[in-house]
Amino acid sequence: MSGVERIQAVFARAKAEQRAVFMPYHAMGYPDRAATLEIIRALGETGAELFEIGIPHSDPLADGPTIQTATYTALTQGTTVADCLAMVRELRIAGMTQPFCAMTYYNPLFAYGVRRFVEDAVAAGVDGLIVPDLPPEEAEELEAACRQAGVATIYLLAPTSTDERIRFVASHCTGFIYLVSVTGITGARADLPPDLADFVARVRKYTNLPLAVGFGIATGEQAAAVARIADGVIVGSALVKAATGEAGLAQVTALGKELVMGAHAPRRD
Amino acid sequence: MSEPATRHPTVNYTAWPDESGHFGPYGGKFVPETLMPALDELEEVYLKSKLDKEFQAELEALLRTFVGRPTPITFAQRLTAHFGGPRIYIKREDLAHTGAHKINNALGQALLMKRKMKKTRIVAETGAGQHGVATATAAAMLGIECVVYMGTVDMARQEPNVYRMRLLGAEVRGVESGSKTLKDAINDAIRDWVTNVRNTHYLLGSALGPHPYPTMVRDFQSVIGREALRQMLDPEIGPGRLPDAIVACVGGGSNAIGIFHPFLEYESVRLIGVEAGGRGIAGGEHAARFADPKLGRLGVLQGAKSYVMQDADGQIALTHSISAGLDYASVGPEHAWLRDQGRTEYTYATDDAALEGVKLLSRLEGIIPALESAHAVAHLMELAPQMGKDEVILVNLSGRGDKDLGTIMKELGQL
Repeated sequence: MSGVERIQAVFARAKAEQRAVFMPYHAMGYPDRAATLEIIRALGETGAELFEIGIPHSDPLADGPTIQTATYTALTQGTTVADCLAMVRELRIAGMTQPFCAMTYYNPLFAYGVRRFVEDAVAAGVDGLIVPDLPPEEAEELEAACRQAGVATIYLLAPTSTDERIRFVASHCTGFIYLVSVTGITGARADLPPDLADFVARVRKYTNLPLAVGFGIATGEQAAAVARIADGVIVGSALVKAATGEAGLAQVTALGKELVMGAHAPRRD
Repeated sequence: MSEPATRHPTVNYTAWPDESGHFGPYGGKFVPETLMPALDELEEVYLKSKLDKEFQAELEALLRTFVGRPTPITFAQRLTAHFGGPRIYIKREDLAHTGAHKINNALGQALLMKRKMKKTRIVAETGAGQHGVATATAAAMLGIECVVYMGTVDMARQEPNVYRMRLLGAEVRGVESGSKTLKDAINDAIRDWVTNVRNTHYLLGSALGPHPYPTMVRDFQSVIGREALRQMLDPEIGPGRLPDAIVACVGGGSNAIGIFHPFLEYESVRLIGVEAGGRGIAGGEHAARFADPKLGRLGVLQGAKSYVMQDADGQIALTHSISAGLDYASVGPEHAWLRDQGRTEYTYATDDAALEGVKLLSRLEGIIPALESAHAVAHLMELAPQMGKDEVILVNLSGRGDKDLGTIMKELGQL
């Protein structure tokens, strides 16, 4: 089975069970290597079915302070792109079967070598790629490599995307589409934007791909609200914040459970 | 004035970028999706404004009556005598309002936003503070809300400019992330823009970033080169001939591309960009993207593909320069492309050489240059001895040095 197919299977199963998929993000190497592996395994046990594996970059311009700080910490501890792939491999060896989507900015990937990165990522157990500063216009080489390797290319759409761009970007996505809930950067927020349902509906008009919503989701309640309108719930900053400090693992596990409950909550129609 | 005989370009240098915003392999649009529609809108508005006679006339009038253009060229008589070689002329961007070339672009973009876009707020980044001051100035004059992001390291070394921006009514936000310099200020300005893109224009200050910025900034700065070309050819004002070489400092590269661009087709004119050599290339503490193949490689930073100083893992390297305005890890994509064509050449000057440049120009010509511009002056020490008495050099003096007095006093001590 290819990465694209594994991702499709996760969304198909959730659809059959009339619920959404919970997709946590973790900054690889934060707070350290050992804790990273524990956190991702623990999130897997809470019921996360799809993972966003954050490869740290020195200049994460789509990220808010929480993820900036976490990835900076990971980098100062010497976390490299190769380390991140090695951690994925270890998680596979430890028995994790959920699809992993690597999230990284373009320069680390470009410096590694686009084709070589895709090959090594697949070999390690990566199923999809999310590169927030790489629009489809600039992604010809990456898409060719991913197509050949069966790796999903997941692009982001934003509330500012025009209908024309939605159609264009959707036509380049495989696996699912990542909808940015707010006009802004990553980070927990108190409220979901009021126009989120309209935005999701607008994208639905142009695609049959599953739609996962991220940015700003921090609580089970918010996850449940998103799960009512979308196919996936992506949570990053709130989990990274929970992973911070002595009780990090316990806090991540507790929040993970809450978010799974939210994402899996029965839909009211 | 007759047309110089050397105008037979072998390459159509002015045909770039292509429709997708690339200069050959460089440039492009590497930004989060949220910004893509804003870039499309900006490109459309900008292209229309180029053909809009009313807009161009208003901009021209402001450049004349508010900025003080045209800035003169000055024959550097004592500097010429000092080297005993080529005649040296200086393009005086230090005499533009706010003390540097930055105002040309800041005013152009601010006017574009005010007249052509439904936006009410400007964000900008600044390194040396010159672009921040220029933006705050344009915003004050046009009545636009203005927020400037500045690394806290730069705030400390360019304190007078911080105060100046605040006096002009801008809000200055200190940036504590990363190296706390220009690159980090750009990151935070982009984050603000991503968040507030519906009412905010990002007034980027150099020929960097995603398309259409490198082109738009170049065009607004090309007024420098257009004036210089006219002035050099006019025997009443200048030498009555083309220069043999033009020298400009290159951080992002906006003053350099501004003076180079109108001269591109005159292939007899050597176009020399001077990067920041910092404490020397060998130790890696510099911002000479083209001079250090170990650190300066093709990459993507803050919206554009170009030469980027980075480690083996693609993490952006920390740069060093005595001048905050040159202390940046990447260089404008058009410079990278012109270098590939062999049309422009790049060298570097170290911190120490730049300080020598400051002393030289101050004492021989009565002009205190900005530390950035002093890098171009410093290169004369290398270039002038290689050239003949019958030859002519034009130096772009991109800014004046008042803002750097704190740093210069610390470095040079008691005089």
